[in-house]
Amino acid sequence: MRAFGATQAVPTFENPAYTPLKKPLAEARVAIVTSAALHRPDQDRFSAGDTGFRELNRTDRSIVLGHWSPNFDHSGFQIDLNVVYPIDRLEELAADGVIGDVAPRHFAFAGNQPDTVSELRLDTGPACARALLADGVDVVILTPV
Amino acid sequence: MSTLAHVFEAAGLSTIVLASMKEVAEKMMPPRTLYCEFPLGRPLGLPGDVPFQRDVLERALALLDSPGPVLETYPLVIESDEMPLTCAIPPRFDATVPPAVDEARGLRAAYDRTVAARGVTGVGRAIDADTIVDALAVLHEWAEGDGAWTDTPLPGTNTTAVCHDIRAYYTEAALELADGPRPGGRAVDAWFYENTEAGKTMLAARAKLKEQGAATPIWFYMAPAHR
Repeated sequence: MRAFGATQAVPTFENPAYTPLKKPLAEARVAIVTSAALHRPDQDRFSAGDTGFRELNRTDRSIVLGHWSPNFDHSGFQIDLNVVYPIDRLEELAADGVIGDVAPRHFAFAGNQPDTVSELRLDTGPACARALLADGVDVVILTPV
Repeated sequence: MSTLAHVFEAAGLSTIVLASMKEVAEKMMPPRTLYCEFPLGRPLGLPGDVPFQRDVLERALALLDSPGPVLETYPLVIESDEMPLTCAIPPRFDATVPPAVDEARGLRAAYDRTVAARGVTGVGRAIDADTIVDALAVLHEWAEGDGAWTDTPLPGTNTTAVCHDIRAYYTEAALELADGPRPGGRAVDAWFYENTEAGKTMLAARAKLKEQGAATPIWFYMAPAHR
């Protein structure tokens, strides 16, 4: 899959933005955004090609992996969700004072997006950014599968 | 992920990508990237290993100290273990039903124990646990029968979703039954496709659909591309 991925056309970004962290990490609020298509059982499942996202609350641990790709082994997530969505590790980093705080909400997209990723760039991505900013998030850790 | 990183940075958030594909990250240049050569599907590397996961996160967070865009590589590589998981499969019990149906029935108790322990199941995209055996009976018919695959409808209809449900059912049962260390990156998949009747039936049904001219999206995503 890595060899295949290396050959894929990808979107390019001219003059990408760079936002430095303006406060000490020990005072920063951190969120996770994953492309593993995670959702709670009570939320809508991800359709194939879903460009939307689902909110996960800080305390949610009963979570399903809804990614449509058959090309990776799901057992890691089934053994320990932190291997995809390191929410317990974030809580520990906050308890130890390494980071300031864990965000109240975290977000999941589906990694298998249409090739142009237009919706992600223009619609659902900015909507998710607004939700993160509304929660006072400073730092986002992005995890793929 | 890299696309989202650019969108989020433009909105005023500081991002760090745990990248699993180095060439993609190099082309897309997200602002801060920790490339981790771990098995796909395990971006934090090792399930159940708290110190290891924490080290990955701390190295990722350290990239926030960089004055400009940065791509670093995590110093340890975790190979994808392709050796099939060592997991007992129920003995043949009812010779009147297809082997995969018999096998799936035999795994039900283990599956139920896993669901009780985890509180959640990956089964349910298209069919529930009670329907797994019916779906396997249809896949067996597609693989071994004389008729066209279109003659026998699949419960749940969507072949990709049904195959995900069957894999999830088997994986969850296997995690309850297997002893020893935590399975490596592809050990459970290797066990499923190489050692179980369900995996073999799924691959045989997929080959038959292809042979009978089914549209590519119907058969291709029933199993990993390399199988």
